[in-house]
Amino acid sequence: MAVTPIEQLGRDALKAKGFFGAYKWLILRRITQAAIIGLFIAGPIGGVWVLKGNLAGSWLFETIPMVEPFVFLQMLAAGMFGFLTTTVVGVAIVVAFYALIGGRAYCAWVCPVNVITDAAAWARRKLGITQSAKISPQTRFWLLGGALVVAAATGQLAYELVNPVSIVHRELIFGMGAAGGLVAGGIFLFDLLIARHGWCSHVCPMGALYSLIGAAATMKVATPNRVACDDCMECFEVCPEPKILPPALKQGMKQGLPAMVTSSLCTRCGRCVDICSKDVFAFHFLTIGKERQVESDQTSGKEEERELKKAS
Amino acid sequence: MAGGGRKMDRRRFLINLARTAGGVSLLALGIGIHARSARAIPPEYIRPPGALDEEEFLSACIRCGICVRDCPYDILKLAELGSDHPATGTPYFVARTGPCEMCEDIPCIPNCPTNALDHSLKDITKAKMGLAVLIDQETCIAFLGLRCEVCYNVCPVRGKAITLEFQPNKRSGRHALFIPVVHSEHCTGCGLCEKACILEREAIKVLPIRLAKGELGRHYRLGWEEKAKRGGSLVNPDRPHEFNLPEGVRYDYETGRVYRVEEAADKVGKSTRGGKALRGAGQGASTPPAEQMPGTANPLDTLNRGLQEAK
Repeated sequence: MAVTPIEQLGRDALKAKGFFGAYKWLILRRITQAAIIGLFIAGPIGGVWVLKGNLAGSWLFETIPMVEPFVFLQMLAAGMFGFLTTTVVGVAIVVAFYALIGGRAYCAWVCPVNVITDAAAWARRKLGITQSAKISPQTRFWLLGGALVVAAATGQLAYELVNPVSIVHRELIFGMGAAGGLVAGGIFLFDLLIARHGWCSHVCPMGALYSLIGAAATMKVATPNRVACDDCMECFEVCPEPKILPPALKQGMKQGLPAMVTSSLCTRCGRCVDICSKDVFAFHFLTIGKERQVESDQTSGKEEERELKKAS
Repeated sequence: MAGGGRKMDRRRFLINLARTAGGVSLLALGIGIHARSARAIPPEYIRPPGALDEEEFLSACIRCGICVRDCPYDILKLAELGSDHPATGTPYFVARTGPCEMCEDIPCIPNCPTNALDHSLKDITKAKMGLAVLIDQETCIAFLGLRCEVCYNVCPVRGKAITLEFQPNKRSGRHALFIPVVHSEHCTGCGLCEKACILEREAIKVLPIRLAKGELGRHYRLGWEEKAKRGGSLVNPDRPHEFNLPEGVRYDYETGRVYRVEEAADKVGKSTRGGKALRGAGQGASTPPAEQMPGTANPLDTLNRGLQEAK
């Protein structure tokens, strides 16, 4: 089958799996993102203190501390060592959680900016905007280093003065001011008009740090059914990090690579799982040790051979 | 061909690398300059109690807003983006609209996850959020001769941080001014006085300590304090003041009167009650020894004598 035209994106999945099948992970993600904001607001509005603070630092049930590893790194870089045991425990809890489930799950399941950049990607498709400035995806790692250098040079959490992720999130929880709207709008326009997946997949140093944290995560998007791939390319269209897909699909199969998305840049957003009408993708929760394993035990060798012949 | 391709790849790789590094450096430089310009908090904004010094605070506060949530009076706010505000996302309050109520248990501090609000502050009266300054004596109605004392009465460290000093009202010639005076030792900078000031625009304002306080030179010693510490004069012992009067005239310390030496016998007898005559009085009108006469001897003599006596 040929590449799906962009205006027909997602139709096959809708036909094959129904609405909830075709949007399952997207819906779950939006519910999670909204629930996190909701739990932060439930305290001041309804007196239900599940989460207090914001994503930079918070108390879960007023007993478990959580501290954002990126702000903690900036603190250290700024030369602030007068923190508490609570600070370290809070960072450890967050790091442990994301190290297990995949660091960039933060980006797809928690970060509110994700909703903005997803909307921009959607609008890009609808408006047929294909032009995109060339920004290296490595920029985020440089900016991660840059943020720490600036913290060291100024002796303060300088990046937090402009960090759009914390600004948008804080404005949502502590009352939307003009600044929050401006920053959110700026990110939207940047992703819409300047660079495709510009912010989240190229620039954001928080995403870069989370990808490093989740480098050895056990939860991954696997491709157990990759032989069924019909090259419709719909997953490439919706994936925020499309460069990480080929090794998990047919190209990787030819090279004997494991049937899963092994890159730590994967945000676990599950859009590929949803959009694929052939059910090539699935979430696997315990992938430790399986990364070196080729999927030959999951699909018959014959089928694979046939696919390889067809492909070549 | 392949070699040429690799060369091209390397060149493109290096160009891309330089472009990315350059772009990021420029961005980082911009952030750094912005951060430097936003280093000092504008004086109308006050940090919560226990906040570290501004420079340290900006490296410790992660802008989580937990203190904002824990403030029972909802006076704390998180700063918006913008350079005329405190650093983006950091907590502050404005005394005129919502002063710190000085809760005894200081609930804003214990949940601070990074010690940006110092957990060792347990006594709110030891807080130093700023310093109240009666900044405009032209509009403060106490200076105009009216009874107000609102700032004095609302002060939570009552009678210590603000006291009333009575001064004669020179304009009327027969009334008193009740002047509020702030004492930095006790003022916490909570801002209740600023909030309560009855003027259209407050005459008493809480300012950051860096703006409100002067600083004496390190070499300054306050004579009266040093004297109290030592338990006596540091130079030479205080002597009865008997030299600067015309000859034959004496000064009685206790009655505060000047008298001639001829009258001395009975005056001295009355005033000193124990019969302790003033030095020199018993000898009648005799002049003091030459070395004790002012101006007649080397000034160093006075100092040397003091040292000898100290021995």
